Amino acid sequence: MPLDPSYEGRTYPPTEPYRVGREKIREFTEAIGAEDQAYLDPEAALKLGYPDVVAPPTFAVLLTNSGIRQLLDDPDLGLDFSRVVHGDQRLQHDRPIHAGDVLTCRSTVEQIMSRGGHDFLTARTEVFDEDGERVVTGWSKIVVRGE
Amino acid sequence: MTAPAELSWEALAVTTPLPEFVDEPLTRTDFVRYQGASGDLNPIHHDEQYARAAGFPGVFTVGMLPAGILGTYLADLFGPESIRRFRVQFREQSWPGDVLTYRGVVVGREERDGERLVTLELEVVRQTGGVHAKGWATVACGGAA
Repeated sequence: MPLDPSYEGRTYPPTEPYRVGREKIREFTEAIGAEDQAYLDPEAALKLGYPDVVAPPTFAVLLTNSGIRQLLDDPDLGLDFSRVVHGDQRLQHDRPIHAGDVLTCRSTVEQIMSRGGHDFLTARTEVFDEDGERVVTGWSKIVVRGE
Repeated sequence: MTAPAELSWEALAVTTPLPEFVDEPLTRTDFVRYQGASGDLNPIHHDEQYARAAGFPGVFTVGMLPAGILGTYLADLFGPESIRRFRVQFREQSWPGDVLTYRGVVVGREERDGERLVTLELEVVRQTGGVHAKGWATVACGGAA
């Protein structure tokens, strides 16, 4: 069943605040094989002018995925998880995420289209810090494979 | 971190290639470690039965893992705070045992808001020559003169 295009423009309520931890950044850094000390050593990050260790650029998907999860969990939209694949990911950073950040996501369904028997859904997720400043924006395009 | 001299603004002309990075073969353990770290627990990347039931020959790479390695590749070249925009588009799947090569080329240069920005086209290529992912990035390469 194709996705309902009337979902375009739908926004989801802000997610619960997520506190970024040093050890979570370390775990993610190790999982992608990164070794830069700015991710691992608070002193090294301080020398670059950050209050604590910074996160690798794609760490932002931990946050933007929470937006996708809101869509996947929305029974009205009816996404079949086993047919969903990640098609495209864009990230636009206003500043690096760092340990100690408390981040909230707001997600919007930006586009729904069907082509070649598959559905394509683009969700935009904006990530804000405690001061309400935007930190990063992610656009995730997911593909729902046809029957 | 300062970019090495050969990656200076002056040296990064359009069509300049970035040095290639060839990674170790992908393992299921890599997928599981990434999934645990990222919280994306889609079983299609670690549960063989689930992957087959969904019509695939077996588990395949969670795309954001090579995407993350691609981001690391850029951060190693330009510095961890340099990446302004990053996009990755997934093409053909990659599989356990695949050896992925990370490469890029300069496609644009501009000075904007006091920053020198370099635009890059990136590729993650399988040992077969098949493209696992295409990427685009804008990185800061020092302040404007």
